[in-house]
Amino acid sequence: MFLKKLILGGLTALFFSSSLFAADCGPNGQSIRILASDFPAIHAIANSAESNCAGSASEFTRNHTTEARQIMNAAQTPDPAEYTSVIVANSTLVQLMNDGLVRPLNDLVEKYGGNLKSNQLITIDGKIMAIAFMANSQHMYYRTDILDKAGVDGMPATYDEIISAAEKIRSAGIMEHPLVMNLKVGWNVGEVFNTIYLAHGGEFFKQGSAEASINNAKGIAALETMKALVEYAHPDHLTQASDDTQGLWEAGQAAIGFMWGSRGGVILDNEGSSAEVTSNTVLSAAPTVTGGSIPGATLWWDGITIATNVSDSEAEATFAALVSGMTSEMVAANNDDAIWLIDGFKPGPAAAGVSATAQGGAKSYPMFAQMGLLHNALGAELVDFLKGAESAEQALSDVEAVYETAAKDAGYL
Amino acid sequence: MFLFIAIPIVSVFIQSLHIEHKQVIIVSENCDPFGCETTTSVDTEASAKLKEKAPLGKFNGFKTYSNRMHFAFDEIGEAWNSSDSFIVFVKKIYNFPLYRALSFTLTYTFVVTPFVLFLGFLVALGVNNLPKLLKGPTIFASLLPMIVTPLVGSLILFWMVDGDGVIGATLQKLFNDNSLSLKASPVLTWVMLMVYGIWHLMPFSFIVFYAGLQTVPHETIEAATIDGASKFQRTRHVVIPHLMPLAIFITLILLMDNFRVFEPIISFRAEAHATSISWLIWNHLRESAYPLYNAAGATSMITIFCVGILLLPVLIRTWRDFNEKNKG
Repeated sequence: MFLKKLILGGLTALFFSSSLFAADCGPNGQSIRILASDFPAIHAIANSAESNCAGSASEFTRNHTTEARQIMNAAQTPDPAEYTSVIVANSTLVQLMNDGLVRPLNDLVEKYGGNLKSNQLITIDGKIMAIAFMANSQHMYYRTDILDKAGVDGMPATYDEIISAAEKIRSAGIMEHPLVMNLKVGWNVGEVFNTIYLAHGGEFFKQGSAEASINNAKGIAALETMKALVEYAHPDHLTQASDDTQGLWEAGQAAIGFMWGSRGGVILDNEGSSAEVTSNTVLSAAPTVTGGSIPGATLWWDGITIATNVSDSEAEATFAALVSGMTSEMVAANNDDAIWLIDGFKPGPAAAGVSATAQGGAKSYPMFAQMGLLHNALGAELVDFLKGAESAEQALSDVEAVYETAAKDAGYL
Repeated sequence: MFLFIAIPIVSVFIQSLHIEHKQVIIVSENCDPFGCETTTSVDTEASAKLKEKAPLGKFNGFKTYSNRMHFAFDEIGEAWNSSDSFIVFVKKIYNFPLYRALSFTLTYTFVVTPFVLFLGFLVALGVNNLPKLLKGPTIFASLLPMIVTPLVGSLILFWMVDGDGVIGATLQKLFNDNSLSLKASPVLTWVMLMVYGIWHLMPFSFIVFYAGLQTVPHETIEAATIDGASKFQRTRHVVIPHLMPLAIFITLILLMDNFRVFEPIISFRAEAHATSISWLIWNHLRESAYPLYNAAGATSMITIFCVGILLLPVLIRTWRDFNEKNKG
């Protein structure tokens, strides 16, 4: 009897010690409310934070929605804010910062950030505004078996090589449309332009001002490259986003893909596709222009922020809880869900493309306050050029005109 | 009731006259896992002070209505001066978002409305002549397109017309052209959207006409039959005049509904080839992550204005009929 009690007591003590002392959850009895997008890596972080610290909080709620970007500013503007933390990416951090809805984290990092690496800290003029935990970018996907069959040597590394490889596949009669890219009208098509424009060494705005500067030789060259690629893309490309291109790839209907790194794990797993496709799919760096060195991609990170309009103790508890989730154990358990920036990550084949792209010196998605407006104008106005209804110069000058109108209305010009 | 309608409209109108304050922009050094860059950010404190003084924003008058996103008066003037032929001028106008959206919206409205009216009437006549036993199930089946939510209905069709879908693949086989795509050609996209619109709205006009057919007086029909009128003549001279007020009512509703065409454009991902006025409002509010309330407000006011113009002929006619009846 005594022995049984002793063992039970010991076990209970062990259990409590592991859950209480392993994670420092900051002040007790606080409310932790998280707004985040909806994909496996974010669930992994939030799950780990919840299991560590939900016990010591008075409330722990999570809202995972792909519409997070649309509601975040409205939700965070009132005081107290609806959520104590929003999990953001490059562009959404800017969206929150434009309205002053995230607080600097320097003191919190000092107190709780022992396990964070310095490259996880997103700083703006020395103020830490977010803690990144994963990276993402676009890069190339190749079907090595089809490249071999078409007589392509090695894997194409530049846009010109991609175009000639696509031509070889087409003329060999293997596929009429070997290329897949996310070119859906709107955000996606604008983003493809961004990547190619960056590869050409383009700048989006005149130095230090909000005036757009894309109607130049580099912009035109980027558009010409884009059009040459689109020649080999599926006829419905203007309606295709990530889910569609992934589907085409998994169905074995494409041999060259320019897709997100975050799709790598899903494409390479043994669900939704045949062994022929998965065993021959290789992920590699985003292409450069011939003779250039910058990979045509935008690097993205996802990270946590803390709201301005909540009490200091709520902010502290939320930060402590989320940071407690960023451990090597969490990474080990979810290794293939993301390209983790946290210690303990073992890059597998699904991470090869993003790693190579980042190491090649690709640029981050631009963090200009007014970037969203330009991106939207690109998404709407480049389509006429891709359809062949307009010249490259006309399309770019339309983009600048649309951007200028919107930027004036929004107060940036 | 008046306030209920007026308050939102007036508020939207006032919003459309204001734009955001000038954002105070500072150059900042921005570091992330991949390195540091010089970018710009908003000085939120300075910007907040401006906002506090005038929460509505900066007064901009009717400039939002005349800018490039809307009526584009200056740009049109320029296009007129720089075009050497009328076709070039029209092409240039088509480049401005509002006119492009208007051209699709109006075409859609004026193609779909008569088709729905006419086909709905035919279906109603057909169903009315069915044996009693079949009437119930037929009516239910005919109503299905309208029962299905527009977003879902058009999404299903979107998948069907895909190159791998039932309709898309059949068309490719039929025309022996593997790259034939309903989604890639502007003309076919317009046709697809309009066929969808007709399919979706026909049950509405059908059910209203069908209800109307139940009220056609038997005596008049019998009298016409005795006078030797054929079936067609009975329909032409008895049934149609009887249903005329209903037809006007349906036309009114259809014009309004069709002018606000929106869901199919989203579901069919047809933005590349067809945009509508409602889609423009949605785009202003949503796409850039910086809602342009003034632009959305102005487009909304333009929508109300255009619907008013569209309905005017029908309303005038109704008003005249009403007056004549009262005099009589």
